[in-house]
Amino acid sequence: MTSEPKEKPINSSTPQSSQSSPTQPAKPATQPAKPATQPAKQEAEAPPFEKGIVSQIISHFGDDKIKVSYIRPLRIKISVDPANIVEVATFIRDNLGFDHAEAVSGTDYPKDDQIEVIYQLGSYSRDDMEGHIFSLATRTNRDDARLPTLINVYRSAEYHERETFEMLGVYFEGHPRNERFILPEDWADLPPLRKEFRIRGR
Amino acid sequence: MDVAKNVEPEIEDDLNKKLAIQIVKESEDDRLMRLSVGPQHPGSGHFRFTVTVDGDYIVHCDPDPGYVHRGEEKMCEYRNFIQNIPHLERPVIHDSSNIIYSYSLAVEQLVGIQVPRRGQFIRALASELDRQIYTLYWLAIYGIFLGHSTMFMWPTGDRELFIDLMDALTGARVTHAFNIPGGVRNDIPDGFKDKCLRNIAYFEKRLKEYEDIFYNNPLFRQRTEGVGILTKEDAIKLGVTGSVLRASGVPYDVRKAEPYDIYNEMDFKVQYMKSGDSFARSYVPFLDMKESCHIMRQLLDKMPDSGEVRAKLQPNPKGAPGEAYRRVESGRGALGYYIVSDGTPKPYRVKISVGSFRNMIALPHLLVGSKLADMPSVYWSLNYWPVEADR
Repeated sequence: MTSEPKEKPINSSTPQSSQSSPTQPAKPATQPAKPATQPAKQEAEAPPFEKGIVSQIISHFGDDKIKVSYIRPLRIKISVDPANIVEVATFIRDNLGFDHAEAVSGTDYPKDDQIEVIYQLGSYSRDDMEGHIFSLATRTNRDDARLPTLINVYRSAEYHERETFEMLGVYFEGHPRNERFILPEDWADLPPLRKEFRIRGR
Repeated sequence: MDVAKNVEPEIEDDLNKKLAIQIVKESEDDRLMRLSVGPQHPGSGHFRFTVTVDGDYIVHCDPDPGYVHRGEEKMCEYRNFIQNIPHLERPVIHDSSNIIYSYSLAVEQLVGIQVPRRGQFIRALASELDRQIYTLYWLAIYGIFLGHSTMFMWPTGDRELFIDLMDALTGARVTHAFNIPGGVRNDIPDGFKDKCLRNIAYFEKRLKEYEDIFYNNPLFRQRTEGVGILTKEDAIKLGVTGSVLRASGVPYDVRKAEPYDIYNEMDFKVQYMKSGDSFARSYVPFLDMKESCHIMRQLLDKMPDSGEVRAKLQPNPKGAPGEAYRRVESGRGALGYYIVSDGTPKPYRVKISVGSFRNMIALPHLLVGSKLADMPSVYWSLNYWPVEADR
């Protein structure tokens, strides 16, 4: 029996000094005189590294398939059609290095009659993209909410998609278990994160 | 095993180990027995999962979370940004400074305020203290899970060192509501620095004793070494986080990957191991505690002596229309908030991406094929906090 653990931890050597203040808005209102009411201004120009990632994906798929929502330091969001999402996600995984899904969440927009499902993708395998989050968003109709599943591309999305199914009623085609997960077994109400579901008394 | 014909993998996969099978067909073979673990199992927390065993071996595992689901995300839509603070801390009361930290960062980004420098130091200090409190609690349960009563008593007692400090700092033992958008609620009290340094020095001595009595214990080694191995490739594909990920050889820590507040000025190393077994998953949080002591010393050393601790915030702040996704490293891994704002004082949608929920996917993956007796050491080594996963 040795007194040391069998493998010594190895020091990580990935200093990231360039990311001193990652996602500060361009013009923070620090003055107490007029606080908070002024919304953060739009970023003046997109950071070059993130822009390079987006230009790769646009040059592969073309402008009409990819709609860029924003490019900020460490954060990218693009929107695609449900028909293209598997193809785009496979490209992102294989060519851009985002290898896992951190979160899948849905947002209900009754005004547009749509539900937006957004995949937050991150990278463990590339040192220069550890802090980056690639948000891949797609929209579907509220009445017949169906999307192709991404679990064959991102295995890590399995439970997240299942949660999105029960919380927002989005059916993921190809997912083996579109069924109850967190809610009670006898849940027979609307999906709770839809906007027409109201908390009682509120 | 003979039971292989009873199961059908549904998903095409290229994981190293065979896929954790999600569906078992009803079988006439009465060799298979289905056992229910939890949700009121002592030690499992409020988490239920079923395991199907063939003799000693687990052939199927199906997590069934939700016993303590409270709808935090829905509740957020009814309250304004400040009113959301107390109830968002409830999922992890031991680690409440961390679970509210990334919420504060996201709200600050949406509202457009900057935290004063002294406030950044104090909130980082509070989150490091809470990381110790959480990890000690987790270690105590892990000890009693494996029948090591001393390891239940010692961390539970030493946890008071840090709970006392948080009590002096915030006025509450748990759920402090201390890290708020704009900074921290109050300045540190007189004499806090000395008390903090004293407690850290004592705690570092205790850590050596932990290593002797627990981590170098032959019985503990036998029950954890080589048990439930998660390879590096599988860990990345399953998207696990925190100590589970670092134990599989991926040196990833949000404090290094995406330094928030003053963490880019801190000198620390990401602790990781390569074996990926239960022992590594239990030893990495221990190394994190050591490193956290190191960070706390630097925080106390470099903290400016005076200055504001909180940016002035309008009573009912409105977020800019748009969205923010911010993360911190909590005791259980990356903890992210995705907040959509429509320009009103209430958030339009809040999604909490928690480490426990992300690590749950590894449970069936690791349990299938291992012995039932290994279940406790695998399950609790995943650093799983059921209340947080259910939200």
